[in-house]
Amino acid sequence: MSINGKAYIAGAFEHPTRKAVDKSLAQLHAECAKGALEDAGLTKEDVDGYFCAGDAPGLGPLSLIDYMGLKVRHMDSTETGGSSYLIHVAHAAEAIASGKCKVALITLAGRPRAEGMATGTAPRNYGPSPDVPFEFPYAPTVVNMYAMCATRHMHEFGTTSEQLAWIKVAASHHAQHNPKAMLRDVVTVEDVVNSPLISDPLHRLDCCVISDGGGALVVVAPEIARSLNRPLVKIKGAGEAPKGQMGGRVDLTYTGAAWSGPTAFAEADVTPADIKYASIYDSFTITVLMQLEDLGFCAKGEGGKFVADGNLISGTGKLPFNTDGGGLCNNHPANRGGMTKVIEAVRQLRGEAHPAVQVPNCDLVLAHGTGGSLGTRHGSGTLILERE
Amino acid sequence: MIAEKRTMPAPTIDPETQEYWSAIEAGKFLLRYCNACEAPHYYPRTICPHCGSDDTEFKEASGKGIIYSYSVMRRVPVPYAIAYVTLEGTDISMMTNIVECDLDDLHVGQEVKMVFSETEGDGPPLPTFTPV
Ligand SMILES: [Zn+2]
Repeated sequence: MSINGKAYIAGAFEHPTRKAVDKSLAQLHAECAKGALEDAGLTKEDVDGYFCAGDAPGLGPLSLIDYMGLKVRHMDSTETGGSSYLIHVAHAAEAIASGKCKVALITLAGRPRAEGMATGTAPRNYGPSPDVPFEFPYAPTVVNMYAMCATRHMHEFGTTSEQLAWIKVAASHHAQHNPKAMLRDVVTVEDVVNSPLISDPLHRLDCCVISDGGGALVVVAPEIARSLNRPLVKIKGAGEAPKGQMGGRVDLTYTGAAWSGPTAFAEADVTPADIKYASIYDSFTITVLMQLEDLGFCAKGEGGKFVADGNLISGTGKLPFNTDGGGLCNNHPANRGGMTKVIEAVRQLRGEAHPAVQVPNCDLVLAHGTGGSLGTRHGSGTLILERE
Repeated sequence: MIAEKRTMPAPTIDPETQEYWSAIEAGKFLLRYCNACEAPHYYPRTICPHCGSDDTEFKEASGKGIIYSYSVMRRVPVPYAIAYVTLEGTDISMMTNIVECDLDDLHVGQEVKMVFSETEGDGPPLPTFTPV
C-alpha cells in the first residue's frame, strides 16, 4: 500500500521564540500545538492522533496528551533524533490511510539555550546503550562526529572548506529576509573559512545555531483537508532508513538518505530533477552536502561543485534550499531541525514563504532530515510533498 | 600543538564484554570473530551483527592500523584528536583517540599503533593509538 495522496498537511506552526527562559517545555509543546491547529482551522477536539519524540518530557505522548487534554485513539513516539518529525508525518499518513486516525498532531519543543546546554562541544552519554563504553570515553561530540565525515569526504573526493562554506552563504542570503532568524547578516565564503575552527575541518560558521522553540504539524485525511479553507499540501512519498557502523564496517562518506531518498522518490513517482525546492537538514554544512548527494541531486563526490557559486540560493541557484535560513541561520529548536524543515516546505508549497525567497510555481518539494549522528548512527527521513 | 593528556572517563562494563575489558587490563586487545561467516566485528557482541550466528569468539589483534578519519576538537580546555582507525588485516574501524602526537600533523591513511591510556578511578585503560 502506498501513502501517495492518502493524507495532507493542513496545519503548520513555527514557534517565534528563540530563547524561552520564562516558559516550560510542556508549555512550548502546547503553544506549538495550538498554533498549528489554528493554522489548519481545527481545534484540539478534532485531534484523534498524537505524535512526539524524545524532546517531549516525561512519558512522551502519555505526559503531553494528558497535559494538553487531548482525546486520541492513535499515538506514536518514534524517536530518531532530529529527523523524527519527518518520519512522524509519514507514520501519520500511514495511520490515516489505515483508518487509525483522521487528524494527527505532531509537536516538537525544546529549550537548550535557556538551560545553557553545551550542545556541540560536550560529549553526550546516552546511558546504557551497548555502544557507550566503546565510544563515550573518547569524547565524541556532535561537532567532531560530523567533522570526521567532512575529513573523509575531503580525502576521498577533494571537497574543500570553501565549497562547504557556500552552504552557509546560501542560508545567510535567505535568513536576511527572516526577521526571526538568529543570524541575519549575509556572510561570504571568506567569513566562513576565517571563523574559528571548532573541530577540524569545521569552523564556527559551518555549524548551526543553538535555539529554543519548537513547531507543530497537523496531518489530516483527504476529506478533512478539502473541508478546510487552506491550500492543499499532499503527502506524495516518504522514506525512512537507519544507518550505523555496520558491525565496524564504518563508511562515513554517505548517509541513510541513500536509502530513504530513493524510497520516497519511488513512492511519489518523481525524480530529483522534478523538485522545485528542498528543505535539507543542516546541522552542519557537511550534513547538507552529503544528503544532497545521497538524495540524487548530484553524483556522489560532486556535492562540493554542486553547492558552490550560489546554486542553493533562491532566485539564482538551481536548487533553492532552506529559504527560512534553516538551522544554519534561523533556528534549530531543541537541537532538532526536522520539524522546521517540513514547516518551510509547507510555506513554499502554499506560497507563504517570504516574497524575496518564494520559489515561483512551487508545486513539488522535498524535505529531508537526519537525526542522531552521521559519525555513528542516525535515522534518515525523506518526504515529498505536492501542492494540489 | 602537542596533545596533552586528557582525563578519560572509565568505560562501564557489562557481563557481555567483561572478557574484553579483562584482557585489556592484562595488556591484550581482543577482536571478536564469527566462526560461521569468519568476519570480525566491533564493538564486540556475543551474536554476530553480520550473519546472526552465536558462534563467536575473541582473538588477539595486532593493534596496528591506519587512520580512516579524524578530527581535532579545538574549542575545549584540552584539545584532543578523535578518530576511526581501521585495524590491520580487516575492514573494521573503531572509534578511538590519537594520543602522544602532534595534533597538527595527523592525516587520513596514517599508520598508527595501539597504546593503552589510563582512565579515571579503578576502570580499565582504553585502547588508543599513536603515530608509528
Ligand atoms: Zn557472522
